[in-house]
Amino acid sequence: MTTTAPANPTSTSPARSDTLLDFSDVEMKFPNGTVALHGVDLTVNRGEFVTVVGPSGCGKSTLLRIASGLERASQGTAAVKTDRIGYVFQDATLLPWRTVEANVELLAELNGRSASERTVKAQEAIDLVGLSGFEKNLPKELSGGMKMRASLARSLTLDPELFLFDEPFGALDEITRERLNDELLRLFVEKQFAGLFITHSVSEAVYLSTRVIVMSGRPGTIVDTFDVPFPMPRSPEIRFEAEFGKLVGEVSHALREGHH
Amino acid sequence: MAIDTRVDSTQRTTRRRSGSSRGMNVGLPIVVFFLLLGLFYLAALYYDKAKQLPFLVPYPHLILKAVFTEPAFQTQLVQALGSTLLVAVVGLVIAVVIGMIWAVIMAQAKWLESALFPYAVVLLCIPILALVPLIGSLFGYEFKSRVIVTVLFCLFPMIASTLFGLQSIDKGQRELFQLQGAGRFTLLMKLRFPAALPSIFVGLRNAAGLAVIGAVVADQFFQRGNGGLGVLISIENQRLNGPEMYAAIFTASILGVLVFVLFNVLRRLAIGKWYDQN
Repeated sequence: MTTTAPANPTSTSPARSDTLLDFSDVEMKFPNGTVALHGVDLTVNRGEFVTVVGPSGCGKSTLLRIASGLERASQGTAAVKTDRIGYVFQDATLLPWRTVEANVELLAELNGRSASERTVKAQEAIDLVGLSGFEKNLPKELSGGMKMRASLARSLTLDPELFLFDEPFGALDEITRERLNDELLRLFVEKQFAGLFITHSVSEAVYLSTRVIVMSGRPGTIVDTFDVPFPMPRSPEIRFEAEFGKLVGEVSHALREGHH
Repeated sequence: MAIDTRVDSTQRTTRRRSGSSRGMNVGLPIVVFFLLLGLFYLAALYYDKAKQLPFLVPYPHLILKAVFTEPAFQTQLVQALGSTLLVAVVGLVIAVVIGMIWAVIMAQAKWLESALFPYAVVLLCIPILALVPLIGSLFGYEFKSRVIVTVLFCLFPMIASTLFGLQSIDKGQRELFQLQGAGRFTLLMKLRFPAALPSIFVGLRNAAGLAVIGAVVADQFFQRGNGGLGVLISIENQRLNGPEMYAAIFTASILGVLVFVLFNVLRRLAIGKWYDQN
């Protein structure tokens, strides 16, 4: 992973220590007394795709909300060292009155970019996610998978250095989900953003990530971390390899152990 | 009645997909129309022959005759219609402006909503009749007072539907804007207002119908100046001019239906493309 900007001149080993997200002892306590996160240490470096798996209600979405700035940690430090953050929600959150094109342009529009710049950016992103030809369609005319592609394209227009995903494919059928996983990996290799991905699915986590983090709930803590050794780009076939299955098994085991 | 079936047929053609039995939907109202017309004749016959009070329920053809063959009455009817329409339109415009501003203010914060919504409900609960003498003394018995009554009639649906619409956005959409640092105004113009349009159009349609009702009712209280259809109805009633009174009543009814249709068409033109009404 080469970076053009000297983002961190003091770092000793540029590739690994180029940290984009650095959580240290993060705690999240809601006004009603619920402790959603406790003592969470987490870093995401350039070139990494980190996935967090955990049971519902373990605070993994809260982690993402803190990273994006939608929530503030009640204790600890949560540093994000870039302002180019992409955020993909659980739902596509497209605006139903805008065409695909206008939806994809939205973020650049809110950031005050010029109309011509917006059009170029949007078209590029639409092509990247494979929605060419659907620019003038309205969201209601798209399938769930296509809506998610539009949502991805919308975030891509920001050229994110750090891409946050909050269970984006959770509502999709398995075939669509796997296809979008492949697309996402392709984008990761091509666009070189760092990813922080939240999911319920262990195999999705292992397939996408360079590192898988297992959380347990109430309060949400990190119970285990797994490095995923498979090189990028990955082909869908690795899902059927013994080593892949073994790692999925280990992560699942850790998930069960942590979930009392 | 005839108008009603036409509404239905336009809906059919624009929403052909959902029309499983087109012929039935146009045919049935026509059948009902002729049934009602028959009943009307029977009632007219009864009041004419048995009661000897033909002006109470005149024969339908006499109503048509009054509308199409009496130039003096025609002039009166057209003037009354114009006056009612003017009161209804001015009242509606004022109600729409006040209602939307009121709703936008309430949508800005929970505490503003708690502070102001009760007064919107008060509007709904005022017995307007109780205010009539006061409005008359304060603003006279002409145009101004009629407009005020009309506004009172149609303000609440405008406030309620606009507020409901502005609050209908989902959390994800709001946060999407928040992440880009969008301010209140941007949020309102690019998200909340467009999202509220379906609901606003429902409010508009209801308010427009009530504006016609309000304008006719206001005529009953404030009879000076250029009287509208309500005034004409009272006058013809006092003169025992059955056909003329019915003509004015039907004109007011048809106006109400037309306004309803107009706002349905406007709604479809404005948001029909992206908004699925299920």
